[in-house]
Amino acid sequence: MSELYTEVQRLKDSYPDWHSAMLPALRLAHEKHGYLSPDALRECADALGTTPAVCEAVASFYDMLHLKPIGRHMVEVCTNVSCALVGAQQVLERFEQELDISAGETTPDGEVTLRPIECLGGCGWATIVSVDHHYRTHVKPEDVSRIVQELRNGE
Amino acid sequence: MANEVVFADAYERDLTKLAEYEATGGYAALAKARTMGPQAVIDEVSASELRGRGGAFFPTGRKWAFIPKPDQNPNPHYLVVNADESEPGSFKDNEIMARVPHRFIEGCLITAHAVEAKWVFVYIRGEYTRPYEVLVAALEELKGREDILDGVTIVLHRGAGAYICGEETALLESLEGKRGQPRTKPPFPAVEGLYRSPTVVNNVETMATIPPIIDIGGAEYAKLGVPDSRGTRVVSISGHVKRPGNYEIENGTSVRSLIYDLGGGITEDRELKAVIPGGSSTVILRYDEIDVGYDFNSLLALKTAMGSAGVVVLDDRCCMVQLGIRISEFYEHESCGKCTPCREGTRWMTQILRRLEAGDAEQHELDLLLDVCDRINGKCLCPLGETAAIAVASYVDKFRGEFQQHVDEGGCPFGESSPLHNVLAPVAMHTHSPVAVVPA
Ligand SMILES: Cc1cc2nc3c(=O)[nH]c(=O)nc-3n(C[C@H](O)[C@H](O)[C@H](O)COP(=O)(O)O)c2cc1C
Ligand code: FES
Repeated sequence: MSELYTEVQRLKDSYPDWHSAMLPALRLAHEKHGYLSPDALRECADALGTTPAVCEAVASFYDMLHLKPIGRHMVEVCTNVSCALVGAQQVLERFEQELDISAGETTPDGEVTLRPIECLGGCGWATIVSVDHHYRTHVKPEDVSRIVQELRNGE
Repeated sequence: MANEVVFADAYERDLTKLAEYEATGGYAALAKARTMGPQAVIDEVSASELRGRGGAFFPTGRKWAFIPKPDQNPNPHYLVVNADESEPGSFKDNEIMARVPHRFIEGCLITAHAVEAKWVFVYIRGEYTRPYEVLVAALEELKGREDILDGVTIVLHRGAGAYICGEETALLESLEGKRGQPRTKPPFPAVEGLYRSPTVVNNVETMATIPPIIDIGGAEYAKLGVPDSRGTRVVSISGHVKRPGNYEIENGTSVRSLIYDLGGGITEDRELKAVIPGGSSTVILRYDEIDVGYDFNSLLALKTAMGSAGVVVLDDRCCMVQLGIRISEFYEHESCGKCTPCREGTRWMTQILRRLEAGDAEQHELDLLLDVCDRINGKCLCPLGETAAIAVASYVDKFRGEFQQHVDEGGCPFGESSPLHNVLAPVAMHTHSPVAVVPA
């Protein structure tokens, strides 16, 4: 039995109804495989006792679950109103320059994916940039090269 | 801010630590509630006149009283806490969970006692890593403390990125492992919620307000605030203010005071143009409408609301058409796709607004925009599309001259000088084939 299988059984047991383990299981499979590849969906479905199609139908609804490969690191710049008001677009553009890609793309070496994202619930500490799901607050364009450097150095 | 309730002691001490929280009298309200019996707790919360802090402002005590008694419905009861906070402009639940996790958990346990639930599910938005970690640590500290937990299981359930999962029935669908699409109401969750069982859905701040209410008593809590809006509210202030952040205010504080006293005034001492009072879903207030109390009735008189208490301040450089585009794009992206007026309407709104901004729109398209908004209103299962329509229509209503100028001058009078110029929204990343293009 795979490690994922065992962990998903534990997840299923932590709810009164095993169906509730779907999102946590998908998140787990995503983490282990880097994205929800056909193999990841199959493994997840087997562990849950359902079909890959059901898993994919659910996963495709959610913004954090990717059905196509993404970079090893994920950089998400909030461009909703509060962040935009204090210069989020300039931050996003600086990332595009530093990484030499357009928003929505992954660097050719597969290291970093860059994308704009909707309000991250940190509007008072704008601009919010989520780097591998950890928030950087008050990000200014001049902070971008340091963040990219940290990622490149594997910090 | 002398009357902190939710954030009481949180600035002086590290209340993420159980010992610190207990040293300030933490979990005493829970012990008190358990001596009171469920109905007495509900009565106390009803006496406080507390209304939900998630957006709909529903009386909390009344919501709990809807839960059928075990002899009326044999199914187990559930408490589901809405920690999906995703409304643009709101970031209060984030800080509440991160700063006063135990007050929040205590509120959950008191509520579980009141509605006779043995399970508490906290549906926390997937992006909230830090609040999640703080809650994990807090629950870890509570392991073995049966005097506190008393057989109640608290499950932290992480979302995966979807604003609509903040809508309570979509949240329940998502918690049941499905796509987060809203259900038809009725039946309401109190009757048929999670796993078709009686379920109370409450917001994070609502939960964190319960311990102080039990502690000081409902009547005492109701002395704070103004009629129909009792107590305090954690307000998220952002945008063009000098001191953005969360501030716990007494309900009824003026909007002017939020902007100029708490927020410290407009950045670079520019002129105020407009303020979104309660998150992106609410009707905008013009610069000359801010001498109004931040409470239900006062804002209702201006056809707007406290919503999720996200106060977004915009200075005089901002273009209202650009604001409309960005807000409309948000709802277009977050529409779950179940109801046609919301799915197509938000997309049409964006298209017309883009034509206006580019100077391609003709006169009749201004009315077409309002017509599209009107055709979303009241025609969907949930309020998502409706609030988009109401918000955008309010920009047109209150800044009609500016929208007209876009038509007359064949373009945007603000252009690049507006900070909302050409902001890349996530919806632009999605390549969807044009199902329907709005007729020009
Ligand atoms: C589109 C939409 C999004 C919502 N998002 C949230 C949210 O993120 N958090 C929240 O507490 N309530 C949200 N609500 C309101 C919930 O449906 C529900 O009214 C609330 O959680 C009830 O809790 P309360 O009574 O304590 O306020 C949302 C509603 C809609 C229509
Ligand atoms: S607008 Fe960027 S975090 Fe809310």
